[in-house]
Amino acid sequence: MDSYGIVFALLGAVLAALLSGIGSAIGVGMGGEAAAGVITETPSSFGKVLILQLLPGTQGIYGLLIAFITLSQIGVIGGSAEMSLAKGFLYFCACLPMAIVGYFSAIRQARVSVASIGVVAKKPEQFGKAMIFPAMVETYAILALLVSILAITGVTGLNI
Amino acid sequence: MAKNQYIFANARIRTKELALLDKPFFDQLLACKNYDDCLLLLANKGWGTSGEESAEQILSKEREKTWELVSELVEDISVFDTFLYGNDFHNLKAAIKQVYINEEVPNIYITHGTIKPEIIYDAVKKHDFSTLPEHMIKCADEAYQVQMHTGDSQLCDVIIDKATLDTIYKRGKASGNELLAEYAELKVASADLNIAIRGFKTGKKKEFLERALAPCDSIDINRLMEAALDKEEAIYDYLSNTVYADAVQAIKESPSTFERWCDNLIIRRIRPQKHNPFTLSPIAAYILARENEIKSVRILLSGKLNDLPDSSILERLREMYV
Repeated sequence: MDSYGIVFALLGAVLAALLSGIGSAIGVGMGGEAAAGVITETPSSFGKVLILQLLPGTQGIYGLLIAFITLSQIGVIGGSAEMSLAKGFLYFCACLPMAIVGYFSAIRQARVSVASIGVVAKKPEQFGKAMIFPAMVETYAILALLVSILAITGVTGLNI
Repeated sequence: MAKNQYIFANARIRTKELALLDKPFFDQLLACKNYDDCLLLLANKGWGTSGEESAEQILSKEREKTWELVSELVEDISVFDTFLYGNDFHNLKAAIKQVYINEEVPNIYITHGTIKPEIIYDAVKKHDFSTLPEHMIKCADEAYQVQMHTGDSQLCDVIIDKATLDTIYKRGKASGNELLAEYAELKVASADLNIAIRGFKTGKKKEFLERALAPCDSIDINRLMEAALDKEEAIYDYLSNTVYADAVQAIKESPSTFERWCDNLIIRRIRPQKHNPFTLSPIAAYILARENEIKSVRILLSGKLNDLPDSSILERLREMYV
């Protein structure tokens, strides 16, 4: 049964990358649709709307980071991949904040980005303010990233 | 996730809204010395291309531009049929009258409908309504019989108008879109109010009102009919207890003020869509906003052409979406 530890740990890493990646792909896609709509009429807004489109893409990067750290810690990348079931499960739990928050925050951030792209379409000079709204959603993705990093490094130090 | 959210379309609409005519522009138009100056100012705004078109040509071109844009944005344009049924039924009326008088009358058809005017004309001429959409067949046949056998054009119009309202209401409510449903509700309710008031003023009987009034959620047509058969104050009393209490003042002022009130009501209800980046509603609101500005420009140009005082034109102008 102990050999299943690595399965759970790997599953956690995969979920962190997978869910955050899916969320970001949906989010960047939504932002892209809105950005393309604006560019059709006002090509000069390209730089501004591109930034807003990319904001929901960060969750995918955070997910990748968590997956990479986890894979390194559990020894799948360059090391021995053996651990107890309990430890593997703890790694799995440590990855969940990034996986779940990453997915939902990317989609919610995308909705705000789309709304902000609408603001930029009408009032390009309000770009600075428009960017703050989707950036606020980023806070919670960063918090989840921190919790996952702390948990993964903490679990590594546990002798179970 | 992005399915049916019309994100691309709404972003384009946001940009297009910048080109909508606003109140300061109408003030400028109003301040123009004459009709030609108005056309020049409109041309500067991109209305009309050659500078030699008539007002009707310019307005027709603007309507075409709107529908061209909408057909680019929305894969299946039939979602906006609720806005176009009125044109179909108008064309049906025109075709029946044309066949009745058996004369060629130019420019009586509206080009933007869910079916081509030629199909409607052919159906009426051949007295074969099977080529028409289902919602038109029964009323087309009834209106045709009335017109041809009795020559009663008013009754013919009432039959078609009632079918128009019923169709708009039914399709608007079934669209699954909040804005289209609300549009249908307001359209039918304002038409009912109009029928009741005109019915009272012209001394129409119960049978006429029963035939003309279309049911909707916000108006109890039986109570409205009773009021219209009673006295003017009874209509006002009834309206005061509905969500259309504001209409009373407008009705008291003049028929044109009431028409303006009806159009303004729709514009006020759709205005929140300026801030909605998702769904079909902002696109529908844009179509209504364009129709509203076209109507306002027509009123203004017609006023200028007939040398009406600015105050008379101003009191007929509609509120703008932007």
